[in-house]
Amino acid sequence: METPIRLRAAAPISIFAALLLILPSCSAQDIQVVNAERRIDLTSHIVKVFLTLKVENAGASPASEILACFSTNTVTLEVLYMLTHSLEPFPVEISQSEPQLVYYRDSALILSPYHIKQQITFVKTPTTKVESFTVVDPTHRAGTELKYGPYNDRPPYSYSPMIVHFENNSPFAVVEELVREVEISHWGSLQITEQYKLAHAGARHKGVFSRVEYQSRPSYSGVSSFRHLLARLPPRVHSVYYRDEIGNISSSRLRLGTLKSELEIEPRYPLFGGWKATFVIGYGLPLEDFLFESPDGRRYLNFSYGCPLVETVVDKLTIKVVLPEGSKGPSAVVPFPVNQYLEKKYSYLDVVGRTVVVLEKKNVVPEHNIPFQVYYHFNPIFMLAEPLMLTSVFFLLFVTWVAYLHMDLSLRK
Amino acid sequence: MAAPEASTAAAATSLRHAFGGVLSFFILLLIGVLAFSIRLFSVIKYESVIHEFDPYFNYRVTQFLTKKGIYDFWNWFDDRTWYPLGRVIGGTVYPGLTLTAGTLWWFLNSLNIPLSVETVCVFTAPIFSAFASWATYLLTKEVKGAGAGLTAAALLAMVPSYISRSVAGSYDNEAVAIFALIFTFFLYIKTLNTGSLFYATLNAITYFYMVCSWGGYTFIINLIPMHALLCIVTGRYSSRLYIAYAPLVVLGTLLAALVPVVGFNAVMTSEHFASFLVFIIIHVVALVYYIKGILSPKMFKVAVTLVLSAGLIVCFAVVAILIALVASSPTKGWSGRSLSLLDPTYASKYIPIIASVSEHQPPTWPSYFMDINVLAFLVPAGIIACFLPLSDASSFVVLYIVTSVYFSGVMVRLMLVLAPAACIMSGIALSEAFDTLTRSIKFQLPGISGGNSEANAGDASSASAGAQNDVIKADKTEETAKERPSRKSKKKEKEPVERPPRNPRNAKKLLVLPFEASIVGIFLLVLLGAFYVVHCVWAAAEAYSAPSIVLTSHSHDGLHVFDDFREAYAWLRHNTEVDDKVASWWDYGYQTTAMANRTVIVDNNTWNNTHIATVGTAMSSPEKAAWEIFSSLDVKYVLVVFGGLVGYPSDDINKFLWMVRIGGGVFPHIKEPDYLRDGQYRIDSEATPTMLNCLMYKLSYYRFVETDGKAFDRVRRTEIGKKHFKLTHFEEVFTTHHWMVRLYKLKPPKNRLRGKTKKSKAKTSSASSSKRSGKITRNPWQ
Repeated sequence: METPIRLRAAAPISIFAALLLILPSCSAQDIQVVNAERRIDLTSHIVKVFLTLKVENAGASPASEILACFSTNTVTLEVLYMLTHSLEPFPVEISQSEPQLVYYRDSALILSPYHIKQQITFVKTPTTKVESFTVVDPTHRAGTELKYGPYNDRPPYSYSPMIVHFENNSPFAVVEELVREVEISHWGSLQITEQYKLAHAGARHKGVFSRVEYQSRPSYSGVSSFRHLLARLPPRVHSVYYRDEIGNISSSRLRLGTLKSELEIEPRYPLFGGWKATFVIGYGLPLEDFLFESPDGRRYLNFSYGCPLVETVVDKLTIKVVLPEGSKGPSAVVPFPVNQYLEKKYSYLDVVGRTVVVLEKKNVVPEHNIPFQVYYHFNPIFMLAEPLMLTSVFFLLFVTWVAYLHMDLSLRK
Repeated sequence: MAAPEASTAAAATSLRHAFGGVLSFFILLLIGVLAFSIRLFSVIKYESVIHEFDPYFNYRVTQFLTKKGIYDFWNWFDDRTWYPLGRVIGGTVYPGLTLTAGTLWWFLNSLNIPLSVETVCVFTAPIFSAFASWATYLLTKEVKGAGAGLTAAALLAMVPSYISRSVAGSYDNEAVAIFALIFTFFLYIKTLNTGSLFYATLNAITYFYMVCSWGGYTFIINLIPMHALLCIVTGRYSSRLYIAYAPLVVLGTLLAALVPVVGFNAVMTSEHFASFLVFIIIHVVALVYYIKGILSPKMFKVAVTLVLSAGLIVCFAVVAILIALVASSPTKGWSGRSLSLLDPTYASKYIPIIASVSEHQPPTWPSYFMDINVLAFLVPAGIIACFLPLSDASSFVVLYIVTSVYFSGVMVRLMLVLAPAACIMSGIALSEAFDTLTRSIKFQLPGISGGNSEANAGDASSASAGAQNDVIKADKTEETAKERPSRKSKKKEKEPVERPPRNPRNAKKLLVLPFEASIVGIFLLVLLGAFYVVHCVWAAAEAYSAPSIVLTSHSHDGLHVFDDFREAYAWLRHNTEVDDKVASWWDYGYQTTAMANRTVIVDNNTWNNTHIATVGTAMSSPEKAAWEIFSSLDVKYVLVVFGGLVGYPSDDINKFLWMVRIGGGVFPHIKEPDYLRDGQYRIDSEATPTMLNCLMYKLSYYRFVETDGKAFDRVRRTEIGKKHFKLTHFEEVFTTHHWMVRLYKLKPPKNRLRGKTKKSKAKTSSASSSKRSGKITRNPWQ
């Protein structure tokens, strides 16, 4: 019986730690990896590693607390993990006409506390332009792929450093901070405001920026810079805006679809290495697509975590779910560990304030775009609070006016 | 028999009054909505954003106020501008607008309406235009009744001149100041009409608000004394005039002195002296009237001769002292801007920095038509209507229009002061005309033709143009019936019962116009009004709604947006160090501090001519000299605006002569003729070498030739003179998408040690060569 398990770990955690997580130290002698295959994808700035392990339990006792206990002898594990900020630009500073070269450092052998019988590693680079790579025999290079191995019978914790130095001009778009505010209005709309602090995390731009070169020779001038970003928004999105602290940014395009909407945005200026930009994207969504009633009478919001921009890393993501005024007992269900706390927010004509569920997470990659839920109690009578308040204020105003008109306040008769 | 009739009549009139009141209320409400919404074209066509230059400064100050509070605002020393001098914001700014918007923001936020400061600032001007039109209603109502008031309010709500300064986003002092101006005038007239000390006090407070808001308050403090003097001279002195005038001067001056930017100017500069002089005169006159009341006529004559002879001596002494005081102050007691009001040629002669601003130029005739449109033709009719009969209030509006016409002729910007006066006058004219025409129709509709034939005989030949004069004639009797009761409230109840049966009906019958002429007249007036409305909407939508920081153009392939300014400011904001200094011509100073949040050398405040001249000199100098000037000011980036690629005409090359003039005004080595070829400003191959080598030319046209191969400048419509050159002391760090803003960085100074040794080597070698010139004829290293 084989139990394929996909595990996601997206942090600049080392492989070592990752493996320890998967296979916690139990009787190490009993378990060994029969076959390991690792595919490292270096095409974008997020390093994706697919690890396939065929694990054999040689001992009699069932092993591992994390994995489903396997009574049979072998099991195949599929592990996917992402590495962020692990491509190191070299040279650190480049001029406008230079391509961006980066280092990728890793071990040619899979670092593991177990004995690995046979292993092989494939490294995929974005182009064939590879400056250099460490040779750990047998090593082959074919096209955009480097092949390390197969290596046989390596003891636990064996390690052999390797460096790949290659050209990677994919946009190194890193959102240093993203605050997504989701405001629920039971009048039928979900309002989302996303504040981005975007940076180009690649090799720093050095010296002159020449617009004439950038415009006339786009193929080799500023190849590592980027101008467009694509945001995948839910379908039926409306009232989209894209602006920053000094006003609207006119360079954006929205394509509406039945399955997803795509917003193509352009920051005010092309981003070269080390350049930064901030902007806000806001949009409205129909409430019925995201808010549901659970069997126990509570409402819950089902919304996607993560950043809508494709192929970006978010260093710090804060999601604020602003519940309607008068809602009680909020609780969030997120499929991965996040830092949670509550806040109060006062919005249009609020009296008691709205509860805000804040979910914070560091190091977020596109694979985190999976739904999370926020449950809360809400009595629909609170929807009428503000209209009633306004009505009574105006009523009182007119009453006072009428009263004033009917009173004679003059001293003289 | 009379009693029930009178009571039913009274009931009917009170019902009519009630209906009229409600109707006026709703009309006013709609006028307010109109005034607000006609100014939203800029938001709808462009976006909700602060416009132009000065509003950005006001916006930044408001942000500071809302963030830090009022005390920090008063004590704010701004180190992000006029580097290295800085600017004391609290003491040099008219705080009215900022405080208004700040209060509005604070109020909304305390109600938990979380509008951003920017939104509040954008919509302050439209809100206050609605207030201004209501104030116009009140003022005109005091002068000529509610009908004229409503018409004037409607006209003001959409007068293009005022729209130009108060579209949504145009967050400038004038936005609230015009409201304050009209409201102050209203309260003055109200006090004059009622003699109530309550209104006089309110008047002083409104005047204080006006002083807080705009330097144009000097117009009020000169106009009201002029009017008081006019009343005295024409023998219209009354205790009401005294109450309207004296408290305003005393309280108003005290309050004005509280505003830091005015301070002691309120008693020390000559703009305010007129009010004090009239203050003395009005007291003398009051005394004379009092003495006249207690003395017998004979005794009074003796007293007059005695006092006159003594008084004249004192007067001469006082005048002499005043003149001495005024003459001893450096600008003869007048500030430059005020002097340029009295002598239109003053600014262009002596202060290039004032003359360089386009809104300080005298207007042209088309700009009158553009800004007040048909009102220009209605104003004379309104003036005539004001003389029939002349009351204290109507004489004031006449004086107002006459002075504001003069001032608008001096400076385009003051067209704004003319606009309310023109609206009031036209409102009066239109209202009177409609009044007469509709009355003529009303009297002839049932078929009664008592006086009709007579009127026909007199007026049948008069065409529609002549109709207007008749209109005004007809008002005479009507007005006497109308004006007096409104002022003397006690008689109010008696007169309507007594008067109508007797005099006016006959008079009205006599003065009716022919039926057809009236219909045609009304039709033409409506046409005129429609033309005005169409023009105003066009002006609001097309002419005055562009925010000027984002430009658009329509071409065959659709709308094209030029957002280069914000592109550059955003780049500066995010990709330079927070303490970097940016040098640019002063036009862009406010925007740079507000949008890019970087320190600038000079800005639109223009308070220090030398500093501006320094920047002007650097821009007009060759690269090395400019580099030295800029690096002595710690400048790291230089920003130039260049329109040559896309044809944006108000770029730095077109402003460059002003830089030369202002720079040359302080640093005489910059001479304007060096930049002109035969008196002509040109940048093509005929241009002078000084021009082709100055920093502004180089920064604007650096690598421009590589765009099209010919370096064709679309603004100047010529190929530039010097196409291929290199920069040695500056490097291009950013150029926006359409090349409209170009940013350069000062290169770090060359390695000093090497330069020194080189220099000393060169020196020694030259020295040695000169010494040994007899032996070695040629130095191979030179």
